[in-house]
Amino acid sequence: MNRIVVGAHYGLQDWLAQRVTAVVMALYTLFMLVAVPLGAGSYESWRGLMAHGLVRFATFLFIVSLCYHAWIGVRDIWMDYIKPTTVRLIMHVLTLLVLIGYAGWAIQIIWRL
Amino acid sequence: MNALTKKRPKYLNLFEIKLPLAGFASILHRVSGAGLFLMLPLLIWLLELSVSSPASFETFKAVTGHPLVKLILLGLIWSYLHHFCMGIRILLIDVHVGVEKAQAHASAKAVLAVSLALTALFGLKLFGAY
Repeated sequence: MNRIVVGAHYGLQDWLAQRVTAVVMALYTLFMLVAVPLGAGSYESWRGLMAHGLVRFATFLFIVSLCYHAWIGVRDIWMDYIKPTTVRLIMHVLTLLVLIGYAGWAIQIIWRL
Repeated sequence: MNALTKKRPKYLNLFEIKLPLAGFASILHRVSGAGLFLMLPLLIWLLELSVSSPASFETFKAVTGHPLVKLILLGLIWSYLHHFCMGIRILLIDVHVGVEKAQAHASAKAVLAVSLALTALFGLKLFGAY
């Protein structure tokens, strides 16, 4: 039997995570396509929409999903095109760090409303 | 012969091979994703301006009113829509919908067309046509 041993077996988990986060973001997008036109216009109504408990909950999930999704996607790009291990590792770490920072930044924007 | 050392047939002369439409849509999925990632700081900053205070809301309106920013936003709108539509195509293929060659070609064409049409729709709104 020919068996090729590859990877650290994170493939399926990442594949699934990429899909789950995509579905969360797609649902949020459809929801916001309806909600934003209702909230847009004045500062008060827009802020009121984003500060609503349910919207805040959904936006939080969207931000977490986005950052996780972007991590897998951007990491795959580095994996495909950057051959030297050191450079690739540096790019992986930098990507991870900026995404964690973006998540914190975006979450505190909606959380302090 | 061991599967690891087996030579695979390769023909990667880029002047001879043609990328199928699905491949073109697929690479645009990657390009749009990369673009969205690179522009994330701008988008989060705009979110911050839009909700933080009445004064920052005015700044938000001024920044997004700038033609250059509108152009970047138009590119991001296309990126989001293409990534969204292509994502749905990927999810459908995951559950074995549209796997056949003809269907896959048609769905790739649909992704390109729908995302461009929606970009035009949102773009006209962005540039104040309605």
